[in-house]
Order: sequence, then C-alpha cells, then structure tokens
Amino acid sequence: MRTVAVRVALVCLGLFGLSALTVSAVIDRVTDSFLNRQAEETIGAELDGLLVHLRQGGMDKLVQVLRDRTRVPRSPDLFVLTNARGVPVAGNLPGLPEGVGADGWLAFRTAEGEAGGRAPAVGVVRTLADGHRLLVGTELGQWQGFRTQIVRALFWSFTVLLAISAFGGWLVSRHVTRRLEVINRITRTIIDGHLHARIPRSPNGDELDRLAANLNDMLEQIEGLMAGLRDLSEDIAHDLRTPLNRLRGQLELALSEAREEGPVRDLVQEAIVEADRLLEMFGALLSIAKAQAGYQQMPLSAVALPPVLRRVVELYEPVAEEKHITLTLRIAVSAVVRGHEQLLAQALANLVDNAVKYTPDGGRIDVVVASGQEPGSTDVTVADSGIGIPSQEHERVLGRFIRLDWSRSTPGNGLGLALVDAVVRLHGARLAMEDNQPGLRVRLSFPDAGSQGFEAAVERSAGG
Amino acid sequence: MKILVIEDDPKATALVVKGLREHGHDADHVDDGAAGLKRAQSGQYDVLIVDRRLPSHDGMVIVRALRATGNDTPVLILSALGSLEDRLYGLRNGGDDYLTKPCSLGELIARVEILGRRRSPPAEETRLKVGDLEMDLLARKVRRAGRSIELHPREFKLLEYLARNAGNVVTRTMLLENVWEFHFDPQTNVIEVHIARLRQKIDKDFPAPLIHTVRGSGYCLRA
Repeated sequence: MRTVAVRVALVCLGLFGLSALTVSAVIDRVTDSFLNRQAEETIGAELDGLLVHLRQGGMDKLVQVLRDRTRVPRSPDLFVLTNARGVPVAGNLPGLPEGVGADGWLAFRTAEGEAGGRAPAVGVVRTLADGHRLLVGTELGQWQGFRTQIVRALFWSFTVLLAISAFGGWLVSRHVTRRLEVINRITRTIIDGHLHARIPRSPNGDELDRLAANLNDMLEQIEGLMAGLRDLSEDIAHDLRTPLNRLRGQLELALSEAREEGPVRDLVQEAIVEADRLLEMFGALLSIAKAQAGYQQMPLSAVALPPVLRRVVELYEPVAEEKHITLTLRIAVSAVVRGHEQLLAQALANLVDNAVKYTPDGGRIDVVVASGQEPGSTDVTVADSGIGIPSQEHERVLGRFIRLDWSRSTPGNGLGLALVDAVVRLHGARLAMEDNQPGLRVRLSFPDAGSQGFEAAVERSAGG
Repeated sequence: MKILVIEDDPKATALVVKGLREHGHDADHVDDGAAGLKRAQSGQYDVLIVDRRLPSHDGMVIVRALRATGNDTPVLILSALGSLEDRLYGLRNGGDDYLTKPCSLGELIARVEILGRRRSPPAEETRLKVGDLEMDLLARKVRRAGRSIELHPREFKLLEYLARNAGNVVTRTMLLENVWEFHFDPQTNVIEVHIARLRQKIDKDFPAPLIHTVRGSGYCLRA
C-alpha cells in the first residue's frame, strides 16, 4: 500500500516539476524580452538626447557631452563616435565593433581589456551628417544580473514548492491508502471466516465511507444468507435423521421378528445397511455444518497432535495391513495446537481413511508431524502412494458430495474432505494438496499454540 | 430388566418401548417430567432413560433431584443436544451414559443393558474371567485355557472393555468411545478388522469362540 503513496508523491513531483519548468521558461522569456526592451528604450532615449545636443551645439558639443558621459569609469553605458575615416573621436569604446554595417540595432561584445572585456552588449549605430558614426549601447551585464536573480528566486521557490507538493501528495494518498488498508485488512479477516467483522465508518461521509457502508450492508446480507443456509442444512440433516432413525428402528424390530434365515431377513439387513449409510451421511453433514458454524460455540483447548495421530494411525493399522499397505507415523516435533480434539481426530481419521481407500495393495502411507515450512507452524502430512488427485481437481474435491470418477467404485459419501476442510478452517490452519509422485500428499499447516501466527489465526477464526 | 422411559415424543417412545420389550425387558413410559420423577423415585427400576427436552423440565433437573435424594438408579440421558459440552454437562450431573438423538435402537438397548448390569460393578477389579479366558489387569497378561496370549496394548484395551461388559452387546460406537476415545464414526468399518484380529488371537485355536457378532448391533464376549 505504501507504494501507492510513493507513486502519488512521484506523480505530484513530476507534474509540479513540469509546470515549474514551463512557468520558469515563460518567466525567463518574458523577463528577457522585457529587459531587452528596457535596454533598447534606454539606449533610444540616450541617442535622442545626444542628437539634441548635436543639433543645438554641433559636433564639438556632442564630443564634449560624450567626454562628460564617459568620465565615469566602468560605466555600463557604451559610447563611441568615429569620424568619416572610422577613427574614434570620443567615447569609451576603442572603436566600432567589427563588421558593423548599416545603421540600426546590433548585438556585440565589448573589446578585450575593457572593463573585464568581451561582455555582451547591445547598441544602435547612427551615421551623422558629415560621415561621423555614433554608437550608443549598453552592456547587458546589469540586466543579466537581474535576470539571474529572478531565475534563482524561481529555482528556490519551485524547489520548495516541489518538496511541499511531493510531501502533500504522499500525505494525502497515505491518508486514503490507510483507510483502504483498513478495509483490506477487514476484508481479509472476513475471508478467513470472521464474518461478523465490520468496516469502521468515518464521520465525514465521503466516498470511502460510502464504500464502507455498502460493504457492510453487503456483509450483513451475506451473513444472513449464510446463517439461513447453515440453519437449513442443519435442520435438514437433523430433521431427516429423526424419521430415518425411526425407520431404522422399525427395520431392526422387523429383523428380530423374522426369526428364520431367508430372503426377507437379508433384504431387511440390506435396508438397515442403507439406512446406516444415509444416517452416516447426515451425521457427516451435521459435523461439517457444526464445524463451519462452530466458531463461537466451541471453546478451544490445547491439543497435543502426536497422541491423537497415534490413536488414529493405530485405528487404521489393521485395515492397512489387510491391504499390505505400509502405514508409518513419524513424529519429529511434539506439536500442541489449540482446538477441538474430536474434530481434529475426525479430520485426521478422514485423511488416513481416504489414503487407505485409494492406495493400492502393497502401497505405503506416511503420516508425518514436523515443523512447518513457515516458522511457528506445524505441518501434518498424510502422503500415500495411491492414484492421487489431478492438480486441477484439488480445489473441487473439498466441496461436499464431490467424488471423482475413479472413486465411485469405492465406498464413501464425498463428505470426508469437506469435513477436513471445515475443521482446518476452524483451526486457522491451511490445507494444501501436493503431488507425492505417485500419490497424494495432504499437508495441514497448523499455527503453533502460543506463536504469533496462532494468535492471529485463532483470533480470525474464533472471533467471529 | 425394568426400565422407565421419560420422553415426550410419542413416536420415539413407542419405538423404544417396543424395542426394549422385544429384547425381553419390562418397559414403562411417562411423557412428563414431574410424573417421571415420582415414578423414578419409587426405586423399582433398573435403568432410567431420560430425555433432556421435556415439556415441564430439562431432564437434567430430574436426574439431579434423584441423585439429591440418594437414588442411584443408572440413568441414560437421551438428547438431541450432542456437543461435547452437553455430554460433559449430562455426565457430570448424575447421568451414567449419554446418547445423542437420533440413535440406533440397537445402540440404545446395548447401552441400557450394560447400565442395568453395572449395578453391582466389579469395583477396581484386577482380574477378569470369561469362560476359560483370564485377564490380569495389573500384569497385563491374558491366558486362555492356561495358554498365554500376547496382545498389543490396544488389543488388550479392546478385550478388557469386552470382558468388563461380558454377556452384553457392545456396539462399534461404544468401542470407539471407550477404547479409542473417538466420538465419531470413521467412514471405513475399522472396528470390524480390529475384532477380526482379536479373534485370531483369542478364538482361532480354541473349539468354542468367545467373541460373538450381534448382527446390526455389535459384539458380545461370552462363554
């Protein structure tokens, strides 16, 4: 988010810099032409004055006046009067500048050695009646100094202005990005399951505030819909279970009535098995709904993962052995997570259950508890050498009732991984599926109890 | 066994009562908490099945009232409230077993029978004997007909639970709860395989099996 603030500051700097350059160029140009005009006007007035002297007092008077004028040393005002042969008669210049042609304005440089010399100057040349030529000019130095002053003033004021604009841009955008950051952070919290979170409103009712209000309204609706959906699935699972259970009870009674072996008994037996499958499915749906809704209801306790995993692995050992599958458990760290022991056990059992189901005879399953890839976390991995799940299906298999084509022949209701996913979310953990080459490796990353990640994760998941 | 069902759902009650009678028990029922408490206090019942959500009371009120008067008739709490906290609450307040509704009839009856026979419990028993099978709980040794049998710790626990409830049906759920401490049903029937393994060790080399399968319900250890 900082980058937006920096970017805005840079854009401000760029725009202000560009306009400062433009303004400087315009001011420079205007100043330049203004100064030239001033110089020309001054020179023109001087020339007119000298011509008046010439008219009134003749050439001698003019020479006299010029001598008076040039008595001041190092004067920026330049004069030279040459006779018909081009020899200077009076003035503070050694002669007319080289290459002077017809009368009129000219720009030239003063001769070497004179008052520092080779200074830029402008002047006007007028040919007088008897072949004398008069040049009146001025060194531009004084005027240039003024111009330099202006440019320097412009430079410093624009520098300050640029700094202020960049800082202001950064400040304004930081203010905005900070509020956006709040919205972002809370949105993240909500995505992580903390659906009760709301974005704080500011009192000024600006666009961001309206965005917050709209997002909050949207959340309100989503929450209502979610709650409705959850209640619905819980109600369905529960209300369907009750009559189904009665049906099962009646079948049990029927079974005990049909005393002798025979087709009726077998049919009733099969019906009971089917009823059990349905009941199991509803039970699984209820568990998922509870795990999803259970953020507030269930208090967390410290659960040591190794003993839970030992019991799970022990439970499945004989089944694995029947399929000649090597089932190993390696505990590298004694991980304690905060959570719900039974739900964790059920999720881990589902993973091992799946692994046993989808690993062919003679395969292997490795359950490992180790320090996580991220510091302060513990990874539980269940890796099998079975058929695996193509990576494009990884997301989908976490949904309810999802069964991949090749798994339809194995028993199961497509709810196992959905429950794992719900339980993992409830614990602020993360689930990743990886290619075990061959087979599937499911990695559950739990934040350690007591680690910072844990506090954050549980606050996210338990707070809602 | 004489059993009192305190439950207000007539359909559920009818089924439970019928099931209990099918299994040779004498079952009465009341649908009201106050009347239920009065009947239960008569002391003529071996087991009480108490629903938690009754029209007049929470079933737990009845259980606490009974315990307060020194009545220790075993109580099975039957409730739709199935969270771990609900179970713990029920068991800490005088309940002897807790079953979440809906549940299978076989499960209910198996649990009731176990409760009924626990009236004279083998308190701190160190030796269990079922037929020619002997378990030494301190030395953790098992012998059948004088022959020593090696069991893994979990197999020992499984056999111990079966032996403690010898003659009664124990369901898969009961085994999962008591031997593995899991309050959920795994997708695969892993218990069946554990029992098959135990049979290999306990029954295979002997003429009469001790572990019996009760179809649709569970298992029973009896001579």
